[in-house]
Amino acid sequence: MSDVMVFAENNGEKVHPVSYELLGKGRELADKLEGELSAALLAGEKLPTEELIYRGADKVYYGIDSSLNEPVETNYKEALLDVISRVNPEVILIGATNFGRSLAPRVAMALDTSLTADCTGLDIDEDKNFIQIRPAFSGNILAHIKSRTSPQLATVRYREFPEARRDEGKKGEVIEMDLSLDGDSSGGIEILKEEHGKKVNLEDAEVVVAGGRGLKKEDDFELIEGLASTLEGKVGASRPLVDDGWIDRAHQVGYSGRRVKPRIYFACGISGQSQHLAGMKDSDIIIAINNDPSAPIFEYANYGIVGDLYEVVPELIRQLEEDH
Amino acid sequence: MRDLTYIVLIKQVPDMDEVEFDYEEGRVDRSSAPLEPNPFDLNALEEAVKYKEEVGGRVIAISMGPKQAESTLKDAIARGADEGILLHGREFAGSDTWATSLALGKAIDTVGNFDLIFSGEKTVDGDTGQVGPEVAEFLNIPHVAFVSNVTARRENEVEVESESWGATYVKSMTTPGLITVTKDVNDPRLPSFKDKQRARKTDITNWGVEDISIDPDNLGVTGSPTRVANMEVPPPDKRESLLLRENPGNAVNQLLEKLDLGREK
Repeated sequence: MSDVMVFAENNGEKVHPVSYELLGKGRELADKLEGELSAALLAGEKLPTEELIYRGADKVYYGIDSSLNEPVETNYKEALLDVISRVNPEVILIGATNFGRSLAPRVAMALDTSLTADCTGLDIDEDKNFIQIRPAFSGNILAHIKSRTSPQLATVRYREFPEARRDEGKKGEVIEMDLSLDGDSSGGIEILKEEHGKKVNLEDAEVVVAGGRGLKKEDDFELIEGLASTLEGKVGASRPLVDDGWIDRAHQVGYSGRRVKPRIYFACGISGQSQHLAGMKDSDIIIAINNDPSAPIFEYANYGIVGDLYEVVPELIRQLEEDH
Repeated sequence: MRDLTYIVLIKQVPDMDEVEFDYEEGRVDRSSAPLEPNPFDLNALEEAVKYKEEVGGRVIAISMGPKQAESTLKDAIARGADEGILLHGREFAGSDTWATSLALGKAIDTVGNFDLIFSGEKTVDGDTGQVGPEVAEFLNIPHVAFVSNVTARRENEVEVESESWGATYVKSMTTPGLITVTKDVNDPRLPSFKDKQRARKTDITNWGVEDISIDPDNLGVTGSPTRVANMEVPPPDKRESLLLRENPGNAVNQLLEKLDLGREK
């Protein structure tokens, strides 16, 4: 029997929502493999376990250790290896967050096994092979990957799959693990400081308003900020503006910046180079404002306004505020 | 005082803006584009060179790839690396990230006595970003991934900022260790004409499987835990677009009606 395990990433306070997305997909895979779905909840602090069961886990392997209080990959690696060796899952899913993408390779290398990064599709074929579909070549191709080692590890980006449905009636078992950790596997890593709120969280935004080369000078970014604040959204930018130092790189949307998937994406004065498209093409609704009717961005947008952003954006703000 | 040794992992990739994708045949025409160092690796190289300038030592750039990847290593030398090592031979071809990491790890072992390894966040052709941490695991050394800022450079220790768990962490790491850097970390310098001339005349060390004592069965398609079963080149995600060309007032009005955004409030 082949089981599926989801690594439930958490920061000691709450479980990262990507874990619920992985449980949704993991349930589907486990059913096709006729196996069990489990969640590995490894944490520095006590956390509620029932939510993982409501989201589809048959079992929660729950391990607390003070060495897991901080994001130190080697400590988590030891803990996860311990769980894996006792449970023997065939498929292990890890969120492709910064932490997951840093932890998964260490686990895969330690087990001398396969790892497929940033999968956008996961399935089980008729021969019960685990098929991992992932983009490569800067998102231009999709490769279908099979593994010949076990366990098979895959990472999946946040917001790639929908969250698992929540069923409060679902029953499951919580297995408390006595993690056999030596205490310090941090091997030379020490956390000196932790700062919150420094990060611009574009990935979570429901609305992103992004500006590009159509802006004539740095100060004009106020227009973009104005529309973003009217819509209670976040500010994005294309690469040239970031390269010119107009705005911090944390706001960059694109292949070499952030990948966003908001409900609404406004591209203001952005021509639509593939570099930028790679970061926003999965948005639910894309609205482009550009004075060049032949700008490629219009081909990727649901709505396009052909016009001067210096007129259109203030008009948008005006009409939106009027409606309130 | 011992001279520090910095190692930079660097890959030659096609220039992504020029690569042609055949949507009908589902093929990538790698030969359609000129080759260049992976852009993300240039940030890693720049960081190694900065370390060398501040603390002293030598920078060795290591690449795995066909003979022509020597040009990428020469490029690295023009940008401040002291030596270039190319792992090459048909046994290496077709290696996935595990096999690549194993080969790079063995090569670094062969170099011996290194202090810090630098790698880019990901490559533009593979997009995985896992080779850095896999190499660190193979060498059994600590690593910090997604480093956006190096805040202190010391002989036995480096201090870095990286994002994790929705926060920014300042971490110190004793050497030997590995960091993977993001594009935020620096702006790579451009080589001067003189540097390029000098680099052109520098010899690149070529290592094959026997030089790094690796079992060829662990390399290439045979040695890789994963294989590409098939590949599709999906057409670009174009959308049916409604273009509004009226004066801004009307265009915005129409847009907002379509969107039903905030109107119901």
